[in-house]
Amino acid sequence: MIEIRFHGRGGQGAVTASEFLARAAFNEGNDVQAFPMYGVERRGAPVTAFTRIDSKAVRNKAQIHEPDVVIVMDMALLDAVDVTAGLKPGGKVILNTGKAPEELKKTLGVDNPVYTVDASSIAVQHRLGSKVAPIVNTAILGAVVKATGLVKIESLLDVVREDAPVKKKENAKATQQAYDEVRGENHD
Amino acid sequence: MSEMKIVSGNFAAAYGAKLSRVEVVAAYPITPQTEVVEKIAQLVSEGEMDAEYVMVESEHSAMAACIAASNTGARAYTASSAHGLALMHELLIWASGARLPVVMTNINRAMGPPWSVWADHHDTLAQKGTGQMQFFCENNQEVLDSVIMAYKIGEDAEIMLPSMVVEDAFILSHTKEPVEIYDQELVDEFLPSYDPEYKLDVERPFGFGSLGMPDWYMDFRYKIAEAFEKAPDKIEKVNKEFSEIFGNDNGGLIEEYKTDGVDVLIVTMGSISSTSKDVIDELRAEGHNIGLARLRTFRPFPVEKFRKITKGVNVVGVMDRSYTFGHGGDAAREIKDALYGHRDLILKDYIVGLGGRDMTPKILKNIMLDAISLQDKGLDNEIEWVDLRINQERWRR
Repeated sequence: MIEIRFHGRGGQGAVTASEFLARAAFNEGNDVQAFPMYGVERRGAPVTAFTRIDSKAVRNKAQIHEPDVVIVMDMALLDAVDVTAGLKPGGKVILNTGKAPEELKKTLGVDNPVYTVDASSIAVQHRLGSKVAPIVNTAILGAVVKATGLVKIESLLDVVREDAPVKKKENAKATQQAYDEVRGENHD
Repeated sequence: MSEMKIVSGNFAAAYGAKLSRVEVVAAYPITPQTEVVEKIAQLVSEGEMDAEYVMVESEHSAMAACIAASNTGARAYTASSAHGLALMHELLIWASGARLPVVMTNINRAMGPPWSVWADHHDTLAQKGTGQMQFFCENNQEVLDSVIMAYKIGEDAEIMLPSMVVEDAFILSHTKEPVEIYDQELVDEFLPSYDPEYKLDVERPFGFGSLGMPDWYMDFRYKIAEAFEKAPDKIEKVNKEFSEIFGNDNGGLIEEYKTDGVDVLIVTMGSISSTSKDVIDELRAEGHNIGLARLRTFRPFPVEKFRKITKGVNVVGVMDRSYTFGHGGDAAREIKDALYGHRDLILKDYIVGLGGRDMTPKILKNIMLDAISLQDKGLDNEIEWVDLRINQERWRR
């Protein structure tokens, strides 16, 4: 079982990202589960969402405390949330930033593989959301797929093209671009 | 053609109502139930669902509208949660007294104060005496399935009772997982349109809701009691028929998970059951003779079934996600009642997960290990509150 935790802010699309990843994995024959942190969501407030993926039936209905993958969609959250809390040894971190992975490794103080992609710029480039508040979920997912190999990029693109509520084409382009541009361990 | 969709427990409930071809929906929004009625409103407005959607000013009115609709022979549905359900209390009793098979989905949520929107079974179990049948669901598929089955059971001429199909707040209501949305024709075959023997009909007038003088009232109550006595068999029969047609067996009264010849039997309700099954597998692999009974139907309470499945069992560990003040956990108390004079065993009540406190596999395993340990050391406490701030160290280690 692979357990994934998304950290974002209300309006960035963290919950939708957790669902898109689940759908892509389901379409590849896995059992899946996607859920938000059970809070009272508000635009701009920190939001946590989760995805579980397994080739067997997913029966665990507890929250995810020891994730295999952590995704940070908003860098300002690093000051407010312990994003690597419970991260498994060897678990991967993917962050939305133009900075180099090595630098983030130091900032986070972890030995885990760290990947970065400037998802905000990619989202703005494809006119997803506004410049002040870009919707980065489809972009960051492209980076997640490249960094983790959890699903095939084609499976993710199919879901984005089908389920993105608006600008399906632009969202798919953002996914592909982030997939191509993500930096980290083996992708420099 | 049936279709697999990845949907929340709330959407599963809405699709269950759609597939049941409900004719009248009256509801008032409340967290975390809101998406159920939003989805139904959307399906109705888009013409995908042919139902009358009645906007009401409260939950009390929602059930009143459902009662009136059901009285005319329409299939009626509503959904609520916690404080909304509490406000509905009077009408829950009315629906069963009037023998109207209204089905509602309740999203199990804690009662305030302190305010909480998270999972807890007290809201539903505080209504256990209202004459509603109560079905506790473990996953989103079961939510959809149970709405359909509840109409089939409740509308049976020998039963004629309302039902509550309940699911845990957020853990099911807002969690998305694969759910099979069945072929409508197949559901139509399983659940024909509602055609009660007595209804409001100007061509064939009857009086409803009139005065019951002391020389009659008691006999009406006895008829309801009789229906509840017949319900367990009907529930098992409908569950079997449903599983044969749709391929999903939801367990009827009690779902037995690896219970054959066990020494220790764990009893759970709702979403905790799903996580617990993983833990049961782990403990069995470690050599423990332990199994799980998922109490699915709380009303009617499956008295006979509990006597049957506890034969040869040494310890019963019951997890209650509710607590009735001055009495204890609801399930444990009722199981004791069922076993009185029939079984000589140790029964311990674990109070767990109130107000949405997360029930991790680790905590569940510690509870089960505690139950196993009672075989040698005997009963230590009849009731134990698990994972309180004052004892978290013990249960999370």
